[in-house]
Amino acid sequence: MPPSVAADPASAVADGGSGGAPYAVETRGLTKVFGKQRAVDGIDLRVPSGSVYGFLGPNGSGKTTTIRMLMGLVAPTSGDHDILGRPMPAELTSALHRVGSLIEGPAFHPYLTGLANLRRLDAADARSEARSSAARINAALERVGLEPAANKRFRAYSLGMKQRLAIAAALLAPRDLLVLDEPTNGLDPQGTREVRHLVAGLAADGITVLISSHLLAEIQQICTHVGVMSAGKLVAQGGIDDLRASQTAQLTVHTPDPTDALQVLRRAGVARLAADGEVVTGEPGRLAPERLVADLVTAGVRVQRFGIDRPSLEDLYVSLTGEGFEVRQ
Amino acid sequence: MRFLLSELRLIAGRRRNQAGLLVLIAMPVLLAVAVRLTEDNPRGGGPPGFIDQIVGNGVFVAFAALTFEITIFFPLAISMISGDAIAGEAHSGTLRYLLTVPAGRVRVLIVKYLGIVAGSVVAALSVAIVGAAVGAAIFGTGPLLTLSGTQIPLGTGLGRLALSALYVALGLCALGAVGLFLSTLTEQPIAATVALMVVTSAMWVLDAIPQLSALHPWLLVDRWPAFADLMRDPADYAAVTEGILVDLGYIVVFLLAAWARFAGKDITS
Repeated sequence: MPPSVAADPASAVADGGSGGAPYAVETRGLTKVFGKQRAVDGIDLRVPSGSVYGFLGPNGSGKTTTIRMLMGLVAPTSGDHDILGRPMPAELTSALHRVGSLIEGPAFHPYLTGLANLRRLDAADARSEARSSAARINAALERVGLEPAANKRFRAYSLGMKQRLAIAAALLAPRDLLVLDEPTNGLDPQGTREVRHLVAGLAADGITVLISSHLLAEIQQICTHVGVMSAGKLVAQGGIDDLRASQTAQLTVHTPDPTDALQVLRRAGVARLAADGEVVTGEPGRLAPERLVADLVTAGVRVQRFGIDRPSLEDLYVSLTGEGFEVRQ
Repeated sequence: MRFLLSELRLIAGRRRNQAGLLVLIAMPVLLAVAVRLTEDNPRGGGPPGFIDQIVGNGVFVAFAALTFEITIFFPLAISMISGDAIAGEAHSGTLRYLLTVPAGRVRVLIVKYLGIVAGSVVAALSVAIVGAAVGAAIFGTGPLLTLSGTQIPLGTGLGRLALSALYVALGLCALGAVGLFLSTLTEQPIAATVALMVVTSAMWVLDAIPQLSALHPWLLVDRWPAFADLMRDPADYAAVTEGILVDLGYIVVFLLAAWARFAGKDITS
């Protein structure tokens, strides 16, 4: 069961970011039906401005379709959304001009060089200045560390270089929002770390980042917010600390005086207490552990071991999306 | 404007387009050499055309080459370029990045079509220029003998050749509009290319069936060879004018169809 706090996006999203729209991305009942399949089923995505939003979910849960709808590539069956406070697709051009994106892996003309590919994309942008083109392209290549390979044909690039070129393309113009769909897909651990580092750097510059992945561990460290998709639905969304706090913590006390310990802890407000020999367990909720220890010791309970374990986000993610092997009906 | 230049560079930079252009301009050379080598053979009785006049004036190599290439080589070249236009970008995945730049869907269509127009003009003019040059080099030149049996000065003849090449180019632009529409229907460029060749061949076949003469005025290819009328004295513009109207009709209809299809299409490639 999804935790109730996390299932309510409004309560979980605390900080809205400053200036402009509170949400860089906001969707209302966004739905896409392919034939009989509801690929995306009425999701209310809210990406606070200035956040790094981890968009999680197993393969096939609807992440990419959602991102394609956000970027105006696929028309929603119902629902609508704003990008950077502008309604889509009515103001698509002015909204997307401030958005850099990487969607379902890099795609470039194989027989053109990396540089020529970037030139083409920059030329396609009606709003980008011709005069600053070369400087902006160089800056983007420098940012991803691809300058030495700029004049190599795209087809000769390694997977990691292709990925980096795609990120460079996303950085050709000044951006307020980056939408990165599986940017670490197919990369080795080294490459994954590089991408993570790059994203963290961009976020530090104040760019809102929406980053999707089917692996929580890959993006956990850099995210401030998380949304979890499962079978087309957004099953959890919120600030990463709120989500973590919503997870039920488990208290374990090893003591030769289990009866006294039970009494003290019950008075302190610990729920679901149980004793098994010399081990007392319970759910402390938001009680401060140091207070519980003090209470126990003051009451003369001999404490051998005291611990509070919080399930990791990974556990939450797995509990929301399943272990990945079962087939959804 | 930068986007258009980028598109033209992309088309011109592709090896297979360069090879295609080489094949197109090899035709008049082949034609001229073949006529030169068989100059002594008895002539007459063959299909009408400009072949017989080549020996008298090399410029006719250009007219003959345009006549020959219009049936299959030109349509093939346009099929290649136009089939690739949208479907090629979709196939390689670059379409989604163009659209999220955002390049604008209508703008992408316009630039793609202008690329096809450029390809058509370059193809027709190259064949005309190479044909006239090679012909002049091998057979010499001078006043041109018209189909009406009179002579017109070289300058006038070259002017009519230029008109003929542009007329052919316009026909190819119309075919390219059909190709652009087909290219919005699929993510497989080769499918759009083959489909356009099938359409072209089918039109030539239908155009050759006398029982279907009621249909002929509506076929794109029906008046393509009409530029031959420009080599009459005085030039006969009737069929060419009709041909231009049919070409423009196809351009309008199929560009609108391409827009209607592409403007709201889900890009899932």
